[in-house]
Amino acid sequence: MSYFLQQLINGLALGAIYGLIAIGYTMVYGIIGMINFAHGEIYMIGAFVSLITFLVLGLVGISYIPLALTIVLISAVGFTSFYGWTVERIAYRPLRGSFRLAPLISAIGMSIFLQNYVQLLQGARVKTLPPVIQGGFQLMETNGFVVQVSYLQLMIVGVTVALMAGFTVMIAATPLGRAQRACEQDMTMAALLGINVDRTISTTFVIGAALAAVAGMMVTMYYGVIDFFIGFLAGMKAFTAAVLGGIGSLPGAMLGGLLIGLIEAFWSGYFSSAYKDVAVFGILILVLILRPSGLLGRPEIEKV
Amino acid sequence: MNAAPLLDVDALTMRFGGLLAVDTLSFTAFKHDITAIIGPNGAGKTTVFNCLTGFYRPSAGRLGLHRDDRIMALERMDGWRIARDGGVARTFQNIRLFPGMTVLENLMVAQHKTLMRASGWTLGGLFGIGPYRGAEKAGIEKARLWLERIGLLTSADLDAGTLPYGAQRRLEIARAMCTDPLLLCLDEPAAGLNPRESAELNQLLLAIRERDKIGILLIEHDMKVVMGISDRIVVLDYGRKIAEGTPAEIRANPAVIKAYLGEPEA
Amino acid sequence: MKVAALAKESAFAAFVALILAIPLVGFDTVEANGGIGIESRMSWVGIAVLAVFLGRIAIGLLPRRAPSLVLPGTGFLSRHIRVLGICGIVVAVALPFLPGSSRYLVDLATTVLIYIMLGWGLNVVVGLAGLLNLGYVAFYAVGAYAFALSAQYFHLGFWQALPISGALAACVGILLGFPILRLRGDYLAIVTLGFGEITRIILLNWGTVTGGPNGINDIPRPTFFGLPLAANAPGGGQTFAQFFGIPYNAGQRIIFLYFVILVLALGTNYVTVRLRRLPIGRAWEALREDEIACRALGINPTNVKLSAFAIGALLAGFAGAFFATRQGFISPESFSFQESATVLAIVVLGGTGSQLGVVIAAIVLVTLPEFGRELVQFRMLLFGAAMIAIMVWRPRGIMALRTPSVRLSSS
Repeated sequence: MSYFLQQLINGLALGAIYGLIAIGYTMVYGIIGMINFAHGEIYMIGAFVSLITFLVLGLVGISYIPLALTIVLISAVGFTSFYGWTVERIAYRPLRGSFRLAPLISAIGMSIFLQNYVQLLQGARVKTLPPVIQGGFQLMETNGFVVQVSYLQLMIVGVTVALMAGFTVMIAATPLGRAQRACEQDMTMAALLGINVDRTISTTFVIGAALAAVAGMMVTMYYGVIDFFIGFLAGMKAFTAAVLGGIGSLPGAMLGGLLIGLIEAFWSGYFSSAYKDVAVFGILILVLILRPSGLLGRPEIEKV
Repeated sequence: MNAAPLLDVDALTMRFGGLLAVDTLSFTAFKHDITAIIGPNGAGKTTVFNCLTGFYRPSAGRLGLHRDDRIMALERMDGWRIARDGGVARTFQNIRLFPGMTVLENLMVAQHKTLMRASGWTLGGLFGIGPYRGAEKAGIEKARLWLERIGLLTSADLDAGTLPYGAQRRLEIARAMCTDPLLLCLDEPAAGLNPRESAELNQLLLAIRERDKIGILLIEHDMKVVMGISDRIVVLDYGRKIAEGTPAEIRANPAVIKAYLGEPEA
Repeated sequence: MKVAALAKESAFAAFVALILAIPLVGFDTVEANGGIGIESRMSWVGIAVLAVFLGRIAIGLLPRRAPSLVLPGTGFLSRHIRVLGICGIVVAVALPFLPGSSRYLVDLATTVLIYIMLGWGLNVVVGLAGLLNLGYVAFYAVGAYAFALSAQYFHLGFWQALPISGALAACVGILLGFPILRLRGDYLAIVTLGFGEITRIILLNWGTVTGGPNGINDIPRPTFFGLPLAANAPGGGQTFAQFFGIPYNAGQRIIFLYFVILVLALGTNYVTVRLRRLPIGRAWEALREDEIACRALGINPTNVKLSAFAIGALLAGFAGAFFATRQGFISPESFSFQESATVLAIVVLGGTGSQLGVVIAAIVLVTLPEFGRELVQFRMLLFGAAMIAIMVWRPRGIMALRTPSVRLSSS
């Protein structure tokens, strides 16, 4: 029971992170109907920017934790958003209206480029960050097994919930959210009605990148180890989460993220951690076969 | 009028969420006839076509195609089966050619079923055994015939996407005809054509009915085309059939006039 | 473009580059007394910003024209493609015997031919059928392991195992493709991407069968109609050298392997060129152009896609078996995403659907590191950048010129 509870807690924290990345996939898919393969790399860049900012802060001697966390958050979100914006500008915008495979191939190219870019600049070795926030609450103890919620896990879930809430309000109630929903429905019509489609799409990429940066920052603190390759698997899993929840649906992305996090935690807790990625991939295929519209997505009506 | 029925549409209904796009529509199309479906924009005409050709699965109703003395239930078949086994060919409102392939190749793809069989499902063709060589010649001959009929013989080896608009429309019809259909469904074939082109289209469709002896189902806004060549007309409004009859009957039908011109002010 | 506007644009690009460069270029994470440390290298940022500024000006100064689909000269090439092909084959056959040829050159040519074969195979899937397969290396791995394992457990030789390797890879392709080929193209891309990675994970972790990270050793070499190319024949039989009464040298095996892959690659070329002219090939291309129109013509999209997928997998399986026999040793390391990316880059850069383009791209990409060892580490970076650039400027590839599968005039 207590072991179960511990896996549940771990899974929720992990799932919150996947959910944040998944939103980026789902938003971009919703608005321009393509899978942004480079999104996992954006998350990886977010993690690296966080790590570097932490180290720079250590160097200049800022050790008051709330201040340090705020600076890292701002830095990670700011720089990574710029990467998100640039990726769209260089690799996707010129290809709108090109042949069907062009944006996909370009996205793959971008993903390969960013991975190797970071590898060349920061080295291929695993980077380790000493723990920033330690400790946590002990929930219960049975037979010497302690169920613990770390402060960090609380922070991860808290930040995610806050971001989700803010995000939902933004989509529902701000002009930007309205513009996004309009572009989703019909890009030409939106443009005719005076919505700046280019800017709306750019903003979508920026927001997706910002959320991925937050996820990257939390992963850096949570696991303490990152390398240039983490974007690949995390991207796969977050994409699976987005598909599971119903691609195009924001609550779906969050729900899918949580489910994938839980599945991964329980799978490695009870079965084998070697095959946890295989399990997630199996889910992706099953969902695509059985329910391609996902849990909360609407089935697509083919336009003939 | 020839009395042999070709297609029985029986209480066809198509719902998208809360929207009732086609509402218990019933009509019959006859062999060797041109049946037109007309109606204001959004009346559900293209939806009928999409149900008929398997792109949508109807919410309710039956679509019976008379083929070789038996009736095929189209509402239960996949789109490609309807085309291959049912012999229902169609064109699209916004032309769907294979733009990067040549005009001739477009017509060859349409003969996939015959050529595939002749190539021994590829294996024979790969090793040069079997009747493929002859079948391909015959296929090219058939394509040449159609290119002559639509006046595109000299453009055979150009990319289909480079043809002018009117030629693309004709090519799409020829491509559909190359599948040897029983029923040809044309979704607004005259849209965007100039008067001369649409007169040519009339000739082409009449020739298809005379020479190829197949039934044509036609969605069209151009009343010159509709009234000029149709044997029967079905009028839709808001997904319901409001009238059916010969062109002369439809012209005089008050319900049709009301649907097109609106309710006269009381 | 006006000078002022260009200057403004370039300044903006430089500003963006500055922001992007500050965290990742400006700082370097280093190892410092057991932990992690950081060093600043702001001079690099300056160089990067300057490079972007000048690069943007250079792009702006290029003659502005609509991206043309055809490179000058491709018309000439395509008219004389037959002559060119025959010349190419003659050179390829004569290569080991040309003056100045060496074991090293033949070995390099063998590698190039493996990639050409993989490129032609993937071209069927991506170039003709328009299905983006990002896990192509998985089928290559299936072929390689199928041969290695059947040699280990059933003592099959290369020629006996070759069809098995291909068939097994094709079966895996069909099993994977069947559920997903009904779906949108981008799902296929990501599922194949995951599949490639999963295959590697399974090969790594299923130690009892695959040898895990250590891989499989002592994979038998191919024989020349039963004659081994070695100093001594096992079991007292004759070797190739003894049979022909020539002195043995180790170079013979390298040359023999080269001819094996040359034959396999030419076979691949024959089959793929042939397939393109058959109804199935036309259906592939039609499907790439418009799937809905295909369905309206009575073509079963799933079957047509599956056939392309399976043939791609089959060819990768053959290539994998050859790779295993050539190396004599395989491990999961040889089947990383990087391999899939390389083959995809060859297809994309060469021009999706172009046989000659694949050859040129394979030669350039594989021999790139030969022009300077420092290029190795930039290889993947360049591939990625080139894929984006090609899509933006020349989406049909460098050698894009499609020859129709059938012509009215010549028939």
